[in-house]
Amino acid sequence: MSAPEQRRLIFQHIDEPGYTNDIACYLRNGGYEVLKKSIGRKPEDLIAEVKKSGVRGRGGAGFPCGVKWGLVDRKSGKPIYLIVNADESEPGTFKDRYIMHQDPHQLIEGIMISCFANNVKQAYIYIRGEFPHGARILETAIAEAREQNFVGPDVLGSGYSCEIYVHRGAGAYICGEETGLIESLEGKRAYPRIKPPYFPAVLGLYQCPTIVNNVETLCHVKHIVDMGGDAYTKIGTPNNTGTRIFCVSGHVQRPGYYEFETGKITMGQLLNEVCGGPLPGRKFKAVIPGGSSAKILKFGERFKGKTRAGEEYDWGVEDVPMDFDSLGMIGTMGGSGGVIVMDDSVNMVEALANINAFYAHESCGQCTPCREGSLWMKKITSRMVHGEARVEDGALLKSVADQIPGRTICAFGEACSWPTQSFLAKFGDEFTQYPAAPKSLRPNGATELI
Amino acid sequence: MNLKPDTLKRIDEVIPHYPSKRSATLPLLHLIQEDAGYISPEAIEWIAAKLELEPINVYELVTFYPMFRQQPIGRRHIKVCRTLSCALMGGYKTCATFEKEFNTRAGPGEISPDGEVTVEFVECLASCGTAPVVMIDDELHEKVDAAKAKQLSDQIKAEAGQKKGASRP
Repeated sequence: MSAPEQRRLIFQHIDEPGYTNDIACYLRNGGYEVLKKSIGRKPEDLIAEVKKSGVRGRGGAGFPCGVKWGLVDRKSGKPIYLIVNADESEPGTFKDRYIMHQDPHQLIEGIMISCFANNVKQAYIYIRGEFPHGARILETAIAEAREQNFVGPDVLGSGYSCEIYVHRGAGAYICGEETGLIESLEGKRAYPRIKPPYFPAVLGLYQCPTIVNNVETLCHVKHIVDMGGDAYTKIGTPNNTGTRIFCVSGHVQRPGYYEFETGKITMGQLLNEVCGGPLPGRKFKAVIPGGSSAKILKFGERFKGKTRAGEEYDWGVEDVPMDFDSLGMIGTMGGSGGVIVMDDSVNMVEALANINAFYAHESCGQCTPCREGSLWMKKITSRMVHGEARVEDGALLKSVADQIPGRTICAFGEACSWPTQSFLAKFGDEFTQYPAAPKSLRPNGATELI
Repeated sequence: MNLKPDTLKRIDEVIPHYPSKRSATLPLLHLIQEDAGYISPEAIEWIAAKLELEPINVYELVTFYPMFRQQPIGRRHIKVCRTLSCALMGGYKTCATFEKEFNTRAGPGEISPDGEVTVEFVECLASCGTAPVVMIDDELHEKVDAAKAKQLSDQIKAEAGQKKGASRP
């Protein structure tokens, strides 16, 4: 079966010749029409549309957006804040960068509709420190939108007022975690908060009810309100509605971003047909399907089980539909949509050492199992690569990885241990070859990864 | 503190964006680093006074967030992404090329002997589809293999040469 056509909803205009990021171009293409319609509707109707759509958050966790909005404490009398999570920091993920650079008004329109629906008067876009250019583009776009009365006091003469501010991070991965992000926005170290009691929907920014949504999710809101929640559910598959942007990187012929109806394309179609297959003379060896913390898949392994609907499946990696549920059923996750591909030139110990170096660098240091464990895993894989491993290191590595998840305040504990656990489970043989023949194991022509 | 008038103006503009002054700490650190090149102890005291905080409240951010530095760097800042997607596509060779071209080592505290560049290996720059990627000052460069790294190095050297030439009496 050949791959389906791309269904570009969010990336409709990205890379379109002649499409620019200024407001005149956006307005020529029907921009802000959905906001105009929304302002005349009841906020609770807009929330109902988003709930009906079933859209799941595109930041990584896949939590339903409508449910998240439903949890907001609306009776406290305190202001409600919206924070746009634009801290795109999961390795392998780069979709939000292009939305902000090439179509910033789509995001601003999505933000304003969401703010109006939730009675938010102040929104912050928390953007990665590494995107200085993106921050400038957004600031210009907000100023343009303010001039046209789409943002600011008395939006479109409706009596509703809302401001959006851009806030730059400064290079810390943990700011992508919603409570870490909130702490950072309050001007502190980005230490995640303990939930409960600090559910952002009740006690978020400045101890006020707060919604934290990913850039792509807020763009979906615009399209949901435009077409109606019911029509949106017709796109994609049940429980995995809408479209999904896949960011493919690593060893494929055509890396890049591709948008499809969720669940309508398989991993094999995406990698072989859309991305042109492996590099010349190479074979696929492994793939991480949802950002570097998702569990790795090994080409050649098979997955058997029953779907939610009771149908039996027997899949190879290539057969897996790219949606939240299917990837969850085979023990990994759709996460942020960052697909990292590795071919047979890769030494898996080096690849894991690279990932472990990342997580050891990025642990915020608040919880001991994560702070010490991530560094310990990095040290072990690093000495394996450098020929200094000890016989017991394979077992020690597994033991350390097994003791982190579930013992930390935020999900970073899981994020840093899943790669090690899955690499050991799937490629254990490569790890048992240490300490005998370290760097010499790197196949001919392979790239240095650590 | 000897800050440019534009920096001072932008500092006064950004503080009212937040209901709590403390929230403006990161923006102020960015603005001052852009102006002065790094965060000095004097800058920490200055921000603390401006935002009615204790200096430790500012200092703890400087040591937590990797983008802030407490020492000056070279005139140009070359940041090479070392995370998996870039490494798979040759990021380590890219970094080694910059190190060789400028006779320096990659590291946050390192400056090339001519004072021209600081080369740093950094974590994910979120442009994995066009790996390997490099940021030079505020500008992102995509698909920077060893050959392109050499070209960029030549360009930086030429620009440095022009500046020196222009300042000659």
